[in-house]
Amino acid sequence: MTVNSNNSNRADAASDDYILQLEGISKFFGSVISLQDVTLRLRRGEVHCLLGDNGAGKSTLIKTLAGVHQPNRGRYLIEGKEVHFKSPREALDMGIATVYQDLALVPLMSVARNFFAGREPTRKWLGVFPVMDMQHAAKVSVEKLAEMGIHVRSPHQPIGTMSGGERQCLAIARAIHFGAKVLILDEPTAALGVKQSCNVLKLIHTARARGISVIFITHNVHHAYPIGDSFTLLNRGQSMGTFAKNGVSKEEVLDMMAGGTEIQGLVDELEGRAAA
Amino acid sequence: MSVTTPGMTVMNGKMDKSIASSDERVRRISPWRALLNRPEFGSMAGTLLVFVLFGIFAGDSGMFNLDGVMNWAQVAAYLGIIAVGACVLMIAGEFDLSIGSMIGFAGMMMAVPAMFLGWPMWASMLFAFAGCMALGWLNGYLVVRTKLPSFIVTLAFMFILRGLTLVLSTYFSNSTIVSGVGDKVTADPIVRALFQGTTGHGVFSWLANLGLIDKLPNGQPVVNGLPKVMLWWLLMAIGAGFVLSRTRFGNWIYMVGGDDNAAKNVGIPVRRVKISLFMFTAFCACLFGVLQVADVGSAAADRGLQKEFEAIIAAVIGGALLTGGYGSVLGACFGALIFGVVQIGISYTNFDSDWYRVFLGGMLLLAVLFNHYIRSRATTGK
Repeated sequence: MTVNSNNSNRADAASDDYILQLEGISKFFGSVISLQDVTLRLRRGEVHCLLGDNGAGKSTLIKTLAGVHQPNRGRYLIEGKEVHFKSPREALDMGIATVYQDLALVPLMSVARNFFAGREPTRKWLGVFPVMDMQHAAKVSVEKLAEMGIHVRSPHQPIGTMSGGERQCLAIARAIHFGAKVLILDEPTAALGVKQSCNVLKLIHTARARGISVIFITHNVHHAYPIGDSFTLLNRGQSMGTFAKNGVSKEEVLDMMAGGTEIQGLVDELEGRAAA
Repeated sequence: MSVTTPGMTVMNGKMDKSIASSDERVRRISPWRALLNRPEFGSMAGTLLVFVLFGIFAGDSGMFNLDGVMNWAQVAAYLGIIAVGACVLMIAGEFDLSIGSMIGFAGMMMAVPAMFLGWPMWASMLFAFAGCMALGWLNGYLVVRTKLPSFIVTLAFMFILRGLTLVLSTYFSNSTIVSGVGDKVTADPIVRALFQGTTGHGVFSWLANLGLIDKLPNGQPVVNGLPKVMLWWLLMAIGAGFVLSRTRFGNWIYMVGGDDNAAKNVGIPVRRVKISLFMFTAFCACLFGVLQVADVGSAAADRGLQKEFEAIIAAVIGGALLTGGYGSVLGACFGALIFGVVQIGISYTNFDSDWYRVFLGGMLLLAVLFNHYIRSRATTGK
């Protein structure tokens, strides 16, 4: 607890240019306490990792940030102003874009059609009929993806032919293209191999370099530590504190996560049994 | 080194250019392969097969004379209208089993007010369209609201509407058929112009005078005009095909059918899209019913029986996926054409027409297997 308060004091002193703040958020579902007094402060242009094991409350926190859930207690501030989102659309309009694990992509549809899904560019055909501008969609989707370091083969290839990593990158690039100021990534590396995870981490780095603030949700410290600027640990619905990268080592983070001590316990037990 | 450097530069320059214009990882696909990957390919191949088969077995029977063509093309046109509706709805991930009953009910809604309540024909025609679209809305509302499978919701309406059609018919006319509607349609200029009979008599007479069309003994051409149902089919197919492939709404339909949760997350009004397509399907069924009443001159309780299955089969032959997100209007039209050719054509051959259903069932199975194969190839990129 002393670590926690010291650290947050230091963070306050360093800079208070927060683009997004959750202050003492609680969320209940009936008798279940999903989040209890959680504080999360995202600095402008940083990658903030949110770490926690299953059941730690990560999903509820994401959905609160994205405007799906409304918190029962606490305050949600964007650029210092309190907000009360009634729907995900409102959060999106304020530049809070969430890339969920299902990515909101349709495998049978082309890259261009997916990229512009819900925000199709239109032009007037014969000066009267509003039609989807497929050429523009194809051109822009390829260009924007290339800017983010993703080279698709053809804008007309179905998403189903792309790898999981490419899809994740496409979903992120799409969110950035449509004006995300804050990018919330829900376990973007969970289903990916080593190399593909690396590509996604590179993309997060690119996003940060463009001044976008990122909340990176994961339970994998090895992915979080290299890219993160600060880390918030969540355990059983409560925050275990926020740590700047220079104030904490990877091993310490790993230890603080719910799995850390339990794995150590398991190791001890197994070794003890082996000795006996 | 100094020798290779200029060469390297040239090569780099070349590579940059090629990356700018196209990716080097894109293999050139032959036009044949590209055609093979289109959703409507199966139905186009099927249509070709059917034409070849009937060309062999019924080539000299008059099936491919102009009057023979009109016969099967008209059957295809009726089915084509509802196949377009079923196809678009299926691409959005839902389907409607009440189409067939809706056809019968639409006919009754048009016939009863005009024959027994003293309404003008045009008013009961509008009433039929409004009623059907309201029922389509209800179908859609129940499906999106309850999230029940559309199969079960529309199955209920298949029975409800079929039953109501019978109830209305026996209540008002004391029989399962309401006749005499044809004369009232002929007397109403609007309804007659829109739905009854044929059009383009002048063109056909002109062609007959040129000797391009055979004449009957009385000097009239064998085919007196283009049935209006065909123009409606053309209109619906072009309209729906345009919306589906070229507009924002079309992209929404594919998104909703492909993954409705994804569609919701990118801000597409999923419910509105689905409900409007249920209404469109109901509109198509009503159009079928109204055209048939105007053409046959009566409404009957058994009209449109099993048409829902034929429409769905035509859409599936046309490459539409039962799970949604994939298909084409053009394909569904070819599917309907196959139906027309087989159903009418079989009587021109020496085959017993009892084989019709066997043939169609086989065709459906073949189409599903073929489409499954093509799709898995298209999506895995092999």
